[in-house]
Amino acid sequence: MQILDEINAPYHQIIKSTGEVDDQQLNDLNLSSELLLEMYEWMLKARLLDERLLKMQRQGRIGTFAPYSGQEASQIGSAFALKKSDWMFPSYRDIGSCLVHGMPIEQLVLYLKGFLQGGSPPEDVKVLPVQIIIGGQIPQAAGCAWASKIRKEQDVTISYFGDGATSQGDFHEGLNFASVLQLPVVFFCQNNQWAISVPIEKQMATKTIAQKAIAYDMKNIRVDGNDVLAVYKATLEAVEHARNGGGPTLIEAVTYRIGPHTTADDPKKYREQTEVTQWVDEKEPLIRYKKFLQNQGLLTEESEQQLRQKLELEISTEIEKAEKIVAEPLATSFDHVYDQPHANLLEQKIEVEKRTAEGR
Amino acid sequence: MANLTMVEAIRDALKVEMENNESVILLGEDIGKNGGVFRATDGLIDMFGEERVVDTPLAESGIVGASVGLAINHMRPVAEIQFLGFIYETMDQICAQAARVRFRSAGRFSAPLVIRSPFGGGVRTPELHADSLEALFAHTPGLKVVMPSNPYDAKGLLISAIRDENPVLFLEPMKLYRASREEVPSEAYTVPLHKANIIQSGDEITIVAYGPTVPIATSVANEYLQKGISIEVIDLRTIYPIDFETIIASVEKTGRLIIVHEAVKTGGVGGEIAAHISQHAFFSLRSPITRVTGYDTPYPVASVEDDWLPNVVRLREAIEESLNC
Repeated sequence: MQILDEINAPYHQIIKSTGEVDDQQLNDLNLSSELLLEMYEWMLKARLLDERLLKMQRQGRIGTFAPYSGQEASQIGSAFALKKSDWMFPSYRDIGSCLVHGMPIEQLVLYLKGFLQGGSPPEDVKVLPVQIIIGGQIPQAAGCAWASKIRKEQDVTISYFGDGATSQGDFHEGLNFASVLQLPVVFFCQNNQWAISVPIEKQMATKTIAQKAIAYDMKNIRVDGNDVLAVYKATLEAVEHARNGGGPTLIEAVTYRIGPHTTADDPKKYREQTEVTQWVDEKEPLIRYKKFLQNQGLLTEESEQQLRQKLELEISTEIEKAEKIVAEPLATSFDHVYDQPHANLLEQKIEVEKRTAEGR
Repeated sequence: MANLTMVEAIRDALKVEMENNESVILLGEDIGKNGGVFRATDGLIDMFGEERVVDTPLAESGIVGASVGLAINHMRPVAEIQFLGFIYETMDQICAQAARVRFRSAGRFSAPLVIRSPFGGGVRTPELHADSLEALFAHTPGLKVVMPSNPYDAKGLLISAIRDENPVLFLEPMKLYRASREEVPSEAYTVPLHKANIIQSGDEITIVAYGPTVPIATSVANEYLQKGISIEVIDLRTIYPIDFETIIASVEKTGRLIIVHEAVKTGGVGGEIAAHISQHAFFSLRSPITRVTGYDTPYPVASVEDDWLPNVVRLREAIEESLNC
């Protein structure tokens, strides 16, 4: 079981939780100061947006929402490794990744407000609507990557999912397809330790998620999911492997969901607060990366404060824009069931239009 | 023109569409070297290579899930689910995923894929091979459901399905695969979706059938014609969306309606047609609408399936009842 021991060894890390960095790995990454700062900016933007969305949910301004605080390093670091032309199949908790890949905040807010137009990103943004069915996007991502491979295009597809999804049939079917057909796809699992109320040790008997890749003879990487640089490096390696015809990779990013599963549950019912505190104290992704940037002389409390103000303003502006938009009427829904509504659907649409016009 | 069986016509449709459009690829279990368990893809791997005629791993959800991704990324996948009874394995990918890609993204993405699957009774299959499950998909907005009853329609409808911008279930009655031959044009042609076919014109009663029950309906209609009673037989061809216009026009003429399908009665397509006609052609009706269908049990074991399936005897009884009302 030597292979297993290798996979299940402590995960890849570049920045320790103290903010200390592995200089060799940092040098190898060869990232500019601008890029290092840019990653922080996106992480902070994602965190501030998460906090704002939570408040908006409590105020009844958006519907049920799945907070992602604590997972910013995984989401931002991985999305940074993609090209704009790559495809993204996110789950509902991957808002940070969606943002980096070009999804406007306005769009995300519209989705959470339950607006029809919320699922439709701009033409040049290759992000699918967030997946609701756990693992459903995994074989689809394989299929999407397959199309790129058939046409000999260079695009890579990334699929995001959580630890719970690895119990689903679609996870295994998708990974097997990708492996048999050697598809340019990255399966990015954020192991945030909890599938709603079920902890990882009840989810699986294996020591890690990464080791499941052995069954598919698939490249795998287990990475500290709260270390944005390590996540970036791991994903870049997987993406380049895929782009160069090497086939799929399973990445396990070990992270933690600080908040509830969604705004509809209370995690105090199923997990100890001490566990949360411990993760936050020891491994919180933003604190760690901020320490690193400060050590590098790239960030000060003052410059961070300015950045924070800038981002708060940007988020407010986007939310205001979204809140000014009027919901598409129900009648519009009938236009998107098929490319052309059939006779009965048209009849129903006309009925709905009439009701709307008459206010009944 | 060539004299083809239905399964040969299906193979021909796949062949011409693969020639016409290089985005069309076939995927499924045993469809490559083996040419499919019914030979619907026989020889296509030699013509188009294993990149376009793909023997997949044995995983129905994987097959349809991958097809959804292929279709989103601008391919035209035609997936084969070996028998319709196996399709339960991939209900999520069909009904919750493929059917809703366009809707969820407000038209930004779409999943124009075709799922072909053989089904239907009377051929002594093992369990879960013969079940008629069309109503499950007709009940799912975003899908189209198509079912041919003869070789000519099979080719033209399948080509239409492949060219359609929406996900289509193309359900193939296995009893009819080799039941007859007819002249089928060699080139590509389409038979429109959403359009029922009046196979036989008549004045006294309307029978709506589709797929495997069409031959039963036509044979009984011919019997009655000898007796001087003319029956109109409508082959639905597309199960969803249903061409109600054709049925309404027919019932307005005949005043009587019988629907025949193999699927179980409750919650079936026949009930939907009956409700619609009751609403839209009520005053033309001279007798109650009746259904001749499979009974409300799981599809039975082979030794008793003939007693379970709709047949000419049960259809005759329904006709007599309707005429004597």
